[in-house]
Amino acid sequence: MPKRTDIRKILIIGSGPIIISQACEFDYSGTQACKALKEEGFRVVLVNSNPATIMTDPEMADRTYIEPITPEVVARIIEKERPDALLPTLGGQTGLNTAIKVAEMGVLDDFGVEMIGANYEAIRKAEDRDLFRQAMASIGLDLPRSGLAHTMEEARAVAAELGFPLIIRPAFTLGGTGGGVAFNAEEFERVAAAGLDASMISEILIEESVMGWKEYELEVMRDLKDNVVIICSIENFDPMGIHTGDSITVAPAQTLTDREYQLMRDAAIAIIREIGVETGGSNIQFAVNPDNGRMVVIEMNPRVSRSSALASKATGFPIAKIAAKLAVGYTLDEIPNDITRETPASFEPTIDYCVVKIPRFTFEKFPGADPTLGISMKSVGEVMAIGRTFKEALQKGIRSLEIGRYGLGSDRKELMSPRGLSTPEEREEALAVVREKLTTPNAERLYYIRYGFQLGMSSREMYELSGIDPWFLENIREIVEEEDRLRGCRLDDLSDEELFRAKSMGFSDVQLSFLLECEEKEVRERRRSSGIRPVCKLVDTCAAEFEAYTPYYYSTYEKEEEPLAGPHASASRPKVMILGGGPNRIGQGIEFDYCCVHASFALREEGYESIMVNNNPETVSTDYDTSDRLYFEPLTLEDVLEIMEREKPEGIIVQFGGQTPLNLAVPLMRENAPIIGTSPDSIDRAEDRDRFKALLHKVGLRQPENGTAMSFREALEVAHHIGYPVVVRPSYVLGGRGMEIVYDDAALEEFMREAADVSPDHPVLIDKFLEEAVEIDVDAVADGRDVVVAGVMEHIEEAGIHSGDSACAIPPFSLGEAMVEEIKEATYALARELQVVGLMNVQYAVKDEKLYVLEVNPRASRTVPYVSKATGVPWAKIATKLMIGKTLRELGITREVEIEHIAVKEAVLPFNRFFGVDTILGPEMRSTGEVMGIDRDLGMAYAKSQIAAGSLLPTSGNIFVSVKDGDKREIVHISHRLHELGFRILATKGTAEVLRRNGIPVEVVNKMHEGRPHVVDYMKNRQIQLIINTPSGKRPRSDQWSIRSYAVLYNIPLITTMSAARAALHGMESLLRRGMDVQPLQDWHGVRS
Amino acid sequence: MERAIILLEDGKYFTGTPFGARGVRTGELVFNTSMTGYQEILTDPSYKGQIVTMTYPLIGNYGVNEEDVESRGPQVEGFVVRECCRYPSNWRATHSLDEYLREHDIVGIEGVDTRAVTRHIRSIGAMMCIVSSEDADLAELRRLLEEAPPYVGVDLVKEVTCGAPHRFDEEPLPPMGRGVMPEVPGPGKRPLRVVAYDCGIKRNILRILSALGCEVVVVPADTTASRVLQLGPDGIFLSNGPGDPAAVTYLIEEVAKLIGVKPIFGICLGHQILGLALGGRTFKLKFGHRGANHPVKDLRRGNILITAQNHGFCVDLESIASEVEPTFVNLNDGTLEGFRHRRYPAYSVQFHPEDSPGPHDAVYLFGDFIRDMRAWRGEAHA
Repeated sequence: MPKRTDIRKILIIGSGPIIISQACEFDYSGTQACKALKEEGFRVVLVNSNPATIMTDPEMADRTYIEPITPEVVARIIEKERPDALLPTLGGQTGLNTAIKVAEMGVLDDFGVEMIGANYEAIRKAEDRDLFRQAMASIGLDLPRSGLAHTMEEARAVAAELGFPLIIRPAFTLGGTGGGVAFNAEEFERVAAAGLDASMISEILIEESVMGWKEYELEVMRDLKDNVVIICSIENFDPMGIHTGDSITVAPAQTLTDREYQLMRDAAIAIIREIGVETGGSNIQFAVNPDNGRMVVIEMNPRVSRSSALASKATGFPIAKIAAKLAVGYTLDEIPNDITRETPASFEPTIDYCVVKIPRFTFEKFPGADPTLGISMKSVGEVMAIGRTFKEALQKGIRSLEIGRYGLGSDRKELMSPRGLSTPEEREEALAVVREKLTTPNAERLYYIRYGFQLGMSSREMYELSGIDPWFLENIREIVEEEDRLRGCRLDDLSDEELFRAKSMGFSDVQLSFLLECEEKEVRERRRSSGIRPVCKLVDTCAAEFEAYTPYYYSTYEKEEEPLAGPHASASRPKVMILGGGPNRIGQGIEFDYCCVHASFALREEGYESIMVNNNPETVSTDYDTSDRLYFEPLTLEDVLEIMEREKPEGIIVQFGGQTPLNLAVPLMRENAPIIGTSPDSIDRAEDRDRFKALLHKVGLRQPENGTAMSFREALEVAHHIGYPVVVRPSYVLGGRGMEIVYDDAALEEFMREAADVSPDHPVLIDKFLEEAVEIDVDAVADGRDVVVAGVMEHIEEAGIHSGDSACAIPPFSLGEAMVEEIKEATYALARELQVVGLMNVQYAVKDEKLYVLEVNPRASRTVPYVSKATGVPWAKIATKLMIGKTLRELGITREVEIEHIAVKEAVLPFNRFFGVDTILGPEMRSTGEVMGIDRDLGMAYAKSQIAAGSLLPTSGNIFVSVKDGDKREIVHISHRLHELGFRILATKGTAEVLRRNGIPVEVVNKMHEGRPHVVDYMKNRQIQLIINTPSGKRPRSDQWSIRSYAVLYNIPLITTMSAARAALHGMESLLRRGMDVQPLQDWHGVRS
Repeated sequence: MERAIILLEDGKYFTGTPFGARGVRTGELVFNTSMTGYQEILTDPSYKGQIVTMTYPLIGNYGVNEEDVESRGPQVEGFVVRECCRYPSNWRATHSLDEYLREHDIVGIEGVDTRAVTRHIRSIGAMMCIVSSEDADLAELRRLLEEAPPYVGVDLVKEVTCGAPHRFDEEPLPPMGRGVMPEVPGPGKRPLRVVAYDCGIKRNILRILSALGCEVVVVPADTTASRVLQLGPDGIFLSNGPGDPAAVTYLIEEVAKLIGVKPIFGICLGHQILGLALGGRTFKLKFGHRGANHPVKDLRRGNILITAQNHGFCVDLESIASEVEPTFVNLNDGTLEGFRHRRYPAYSVQFHPEDSPGPHDAVYLFGDFIRDMRAWRGEAHA
């Protein structure tokens, strides 16, 4: 069946901001789909609120709407664009849910839009628990038995039928709160009651427990001719009970016999047919009882997913791209396999390596959050590693995580030291800790398995505690045994064979240097002199059965080096290597990947060969056709040097991948790496406190008073000299890690105590905190001589809130022209002085009409994609071209871009995953993603940004205000306007009194301790549509804390600063005045499409 | 550390460490790309005379069990893997792979860069090799390799066929059942009797036929056509098996006598034998098809099957084009995967619809065979 000719225009819904459980993987899949559909001659209309995506680059689609992804907005786009079809399966759960709602609104019928890929019925059948259950029963597949209950009586009846243990899942709660496991009737009473209470609709699902069973996933594809293939099988290291996103996973499945695997395959095929997903990929999860092989179906995602991105990277089979082509009518046998070229896509990839995915957690950012892993996902990113054995891949994966580890232990970073224990008591104590850590799933369990072996535990015992399959445990045991063999040896005494063996088990040079008590460099030199080097092997979908053309590599300690594949084998183009950003974490995410991808595109445009090194399977940068060559590798000095040796590039780009590659800049330079762009020395001048001070002095710019301290006593001196409040932070960090605003000696002391282990090699930095200052971010490009400012961003929130968590606007909305000029001039001066070649970001503060420089970062910043989308200029590409020797003049970029519209960026925070964590913003970044609102005025652009971020600014109803004393004056003005707009104002006593004195009608609401109904009751009853609550201090567990937590739980828009309240007021005014309309990026930037 | 080596006909060698039995073995070096199913592969008689390299590096993870066997025991001459798992994990596992191979005197070698082996075979072609876990003297191994019997042109079927006719009376299927058995008409007047030529028949073929209600009589490969007909078959099955089909002349001659007399269904070597019996030719593929992911198109139904494969020879369609119509084609390389006689119910496939190991996509072909036997017997289709 060739491609359909009855459809010409296709709407794709993206997944919006990066949140926990929905990250870059949907940019990867969406980008692939856009490219595939455009390649086939379709017109592509795209909606996605996330400006940091590659898919929202204006050339990826014909019409790109950076607008909130709501059913209403999508309906409006459909009305405007009149697409023939809607492809709902590429934008994650957001895309799917939105498509369903749009269908239910009747919009698709009204405008004759066909849902392709998966239709309404199929999506419902897969997503609705009951329908899915019926469907599975009709094809004879087994599910965990379960029942719904709305009362305790119903619950007891269900429990009596199912038997213990049981899992209780409340419906409609956030973050899986209120759920639990009951092993007996007594526990059941408690958990079921709590569950009913936690559920907003008083409903719980009681399910036969499959906790501890083995968990598997299959990635399945189907075409319109009903051909079905399995792309990849995945086995979870962690058993059922831990969200697959938080599980370490391995591809392919390791411990299934062919008979068991084929039964699973049969089931998957039957499921995709029964659910009726017509074309494209689906992800199906199974649980297998380890004692008898009983297999049950857990769920099906009728769309591409995080796992399908992983499966694509693990096998080389581009699931999203093929899914897009199948959706428009092609069949699997009509699509060639890009990698082999000669064989069709209608096959099942087979791999000859082991893939390990490890999630990346950031619990340190959310003190108070429960770090137990469970059925709700908590990780913010992931890495993937490839090796010829599980042991090698696991250790490569650990060192890719960038958590200061270089493998499974022996890397100077220990959580406990079982080998140093002398008394039996100490040993027992350590064993108790290990047992606890294995029983309660947590992010460090991997390391405790090692401790368990070191303490003499058996894999059997650990299996019984953790449910982690003995196969994984035995592999870890082999790593631990190898570690024991190596410990105490001397590098010189180790035979080449022994060294090779250790390397092939994944031990890094850092680990070896620790075990062999020498320097990393000595290990490297020994390896080199003995010829012990990793070889590169190809990811080729076919285990070398056919010749492959797509150059996607991994390194491994094996015998044969594979020659460069395909057409690139004899390329004589100059090569530039780009170091990517590694796993997503808070502070370093998709924005940096965006920059790396643009660097690659720019290099290819300029006739260079681009070589990407990265280990994040979610990203566009690790798509095999983004660069001329892809190395899926850890980003450590050792791994990067090995690739450098193999490729011998003319240049290495370190300034685009965030802190990860930047940290490698100096070590790489010492190894004579040809780093291009701004010199590492300039980077150091901007990072090093003293040098930075001198730099500012030289160019005549001001910075807030500051000092450095190595001890509490020194810190005290500095703080007293400067005067409180002060901003304190460890040096060399990204994302404001450990940064705090301190108002007194006691808080300073506490900070100093905790800061010690944040970054021991560097002192603590102390700055004067400029209260109530306006904060400005500037991105600029420079070629060493000329400088052009890409964008001047004014923060909505005042200084003191991390720029990554702050909303901001381009162009500035409150600064005078003279100040903007001054800012630009300052930026020019800084770029020139630092000899910046490429991108630079500067953070300024303006207080009392005085400009202060807070920070200069001569590298790509988080805001580059946003500035690019706001201005319509691909700044990262331009910067790349400058780095390979072009000048701004040559590129025709000589002046700043003036825009008529206004673009607001808003941060998206993950508080709904960490219930109980206080939601007030501060100098430590905690957002996971961002959205952009673009419109003619600030109010509407801000309103759009809020709606896109999931904070629905109301246009009617009740607004609750409770502000600290300093804000009372201003809240009067805002409340007055809100009242005029028709809102009813609710307030706590203090605030209410002030408002009433100023003639604003207000209803008093009880604080929580003042009796019921209190403010939380109002929230529960949906009697509050917006909350303005400015915190009066850092007091956890206060009333205010409860209000904020419940606001998150009930998804009520919450504003915690007066500046944001002002912006929200503008936004609501705009919404009420003229309603929201949509316009594609191409129109904002005057591009004809 | 103990050492093992594989030396190839062209002088290339690969090193590793021994597992399983210690010794020296020769055979044709081939690779299989299945990620699961090593026990079925080891016990598939079609691998007689061959040394099998697994492209998936981690082998032995789920151990071995009593059920997943395709014949009495391992049939391969040697087994080459990257890493042999000593600590298997699966509820059905009874032994580790290492123990199993040792018990059955099969030489294994691990720690081999199996991707390098695969790439070599892919570019040069399958060839004879010698694997040794005892004596690593290259000159001596080279001499032994030269003395080894060749693979091409040799009848290996006689090594694996059964000694005497017998009824297949195993339990229809091991526990766990299966998902996608074809629907077949009810039992009819009496059960269908299939006479299966055993050229090294995989047990799952017998299990499937038997599960579909057939009485299966297994006969040695040198059984005459008249003897077969005396057994009163409703259909004749030609099994898979090892080696060069052209060398099994006695069987080719007898099969030629049966075409048009009774419905005939052949798999793999059986397919090649049928092609040869029709007067066709076979040729050797460069490195064959061995794995569980080969896409095959069913030309009559139009669907794509993911198939299990294990063959080094192929029927030349040109040589029998007037007699047969092609029914299946390999989508990777366009080679013939199945044909059907233009006049008689005689047909065969090159791939393995009985899976084990591999996907169940093609199991419906057994249903076709059942229906054809019924029709031949004059019973109406259900």
